Amino acid sequence: MNEKKEPILRAENITISFGGLQALDGVSLVIYPGEILGIIGPNGAGKTTMLNIINGFYKPDKGRIIFEGRERPKKMKPDLIAAQGIARTFQNLALFSGMSALGNIMVGRTMLMHSNIFSQGLYWGFSQKEEIEHRRAAERIIDFLQIENIRRTPASMLPYGLRKRVELARALAAEPKLLLLDEPMAGMNLEEKEDIARFILDANEELGYTIALIEHDMGVVMDICDRIVVLDFGKKIAEGTADEIKADPKVIKAYLGEAGG
Amino acid sequence: MAFFFEVLVTGLMVGIMYSLVALGFALIFKASDVFNMAQGDMSLLAGLALVGFLELNFPLWLALLCTIAIMTVLAYGTVFIVLKPLVARPPIMLFMATFGLAYMIQGIGQSIWGTQAKGLNLGIPDIPVTIGGLFLSTFDLTFGAVAGILVVILVWFFHKTRTGRALRAVSDDHEAALSVGIPLLKAWAVTWMIAGIVAVVAGIAWGTRMGVQFSISYIAYKALPVLIIGGLDSIMGVIIAGLVVGAGENLSEVFIGPYVGGGIQTFFPYLIALLVLYFKPYGLFGKEIIERV
Repeated sequence: MNEKKEPILRAENITISFGGLQALDGVSLVIYPGEILGIIGPNGAGKTTMLNIINGFYKPDKGRIIFEGRERPKKMKPDLIAAQGIARTFQNLALFSGMSALGNIMVGRTMLMHSNIFSQGLYWGFSQKEEIEHRRAAERIIDFLQIENIRRTPASMLPYGLRKRVELARALAAEPKLLLLDEPMAGMNLEEKEDIARFILDANEELGYTIALIEHDMGVVMDICDRIVVLDFGKKIAEGTADEIKADPKVIKAYLGEAGG
Repeated sequence: MAFFFEVLVTGLMVGIMYSLVALGFALIFKASDVFNMAQGDMSLLAGLALVGFLELNFPLWLALLCTIAIMTVLAYGTVFIVLKPLVARPPIMLFMATFGLAYMIQGIGQSIWGTQAKGLNLGIPDIPVTIGGLFLSTFDLTFGAVAGILVVILVWFFHKTRTGRALRAVSDDHEAALSVGIPLLKAWAVTWMIAGIVAVVAGIAWGTRMGVQFSISYIAYKALPVLIIGGLDSIMGVIIAGLVVGAGENLSEVFIGPYVGGGIQTFFPYLIALLVLYFKPYGLFGKEIIERV
């Protein structure tokens, strides 16, 4: 849909191995502003590794990342990449469990706040104004994700589905240019999945977030993603719209095994 | 009965000073999973530096500022020179590094300011006053109040400011903190700086009481049972545990001591710590670690 636009992120020829395991082998992908890109593939295909490279947890052995038209320096730290505007959620939840839902969301906004430690200590002028302003923004996100009733609940006390939602809220709170979601619906029932799918679509359509997500539920992926990239054993085997992917013989083979074999 | 309360309150006042030392440990342990053996030596350095600046006829506020500046330099130096190469190594390596740090701080402090025990007089009178029928030392009361205020400020800072929240985030989950853009090492450095400021207050409290001297670094060992009782990673926990230890050792010395010939004070806190370990291995307020197997 956005083919004419310049991609917000371009990963070129990404190769990484852990010991003897070739996790990714020459994978290239692009993400266009305003789209939802789905990354799918069987277990162990390298999907999460790809996200970890995009947000800087892993450094690729070969290949380069170009974000907003600029090549990323090889050893750039993940916190600086987050500051550039890439936020993410994790497959196995990584909430700040000692904090409330609201606390988690406020931490998500850390990068957008600028007052220094001394003025915060004194809580004067700018610092106080800033705190209130960001508290308002956090409230808008709480509203958007319909988690008003749990804003004061410690994350560790929340049921799994809500924790996932708070994690999404924290990522949205950073107002990222690119949002990476690692299995946002894993382990949810149908109703919860539909909720999250709707939030993701709304975040994309109403709030204009660019999203790349990993998901195993094919139905959801086909429904909400504008484009899909398929990985298998560390290689990209297909890329295209939902209909193109469904018809691709390589994808069918990866998921169902060799015909007659 | 009044005597009992006097013993109790005096114990609580000493307990607050234990809490201060233990607080420094807990702050660093929470943020970086490092048990900082140098915490006592940081207090010693702070005391030595403060006395040193006062001897140069600096006014108190300036001497305090300079001392805090030294602790800040020490914090950043520790994190970026000593700990940075050890990130993601087993905790025992970081622990050993803080051992070395302890000796270095001690050595540097004493080579600049000498090994002589020095008096630290801030002009707080050490006279007994009567409050509600109890004889109490103004000195104890002053430091009780200072420690109390410090704790309130810390709790408020950690819950209501951006930096405080970021530090708590780091202590909860390193990876998630990085993913929202919190730089790990800088967060550690700020934590060490706060622990340094706590060490300044502890150094002053202990220095005025027993002189600024080498043995201040040993008060770290007094903090060990406090940490075990309170839970290594709980700020509220170590404060309460400090009070328990202070009150416990004073009460036991006065009321049980005479029957066994005295000297209970020195090991009584460890006795409580053992009991706590037996029933609540993560401390009374520590985070229980539940691992899936």
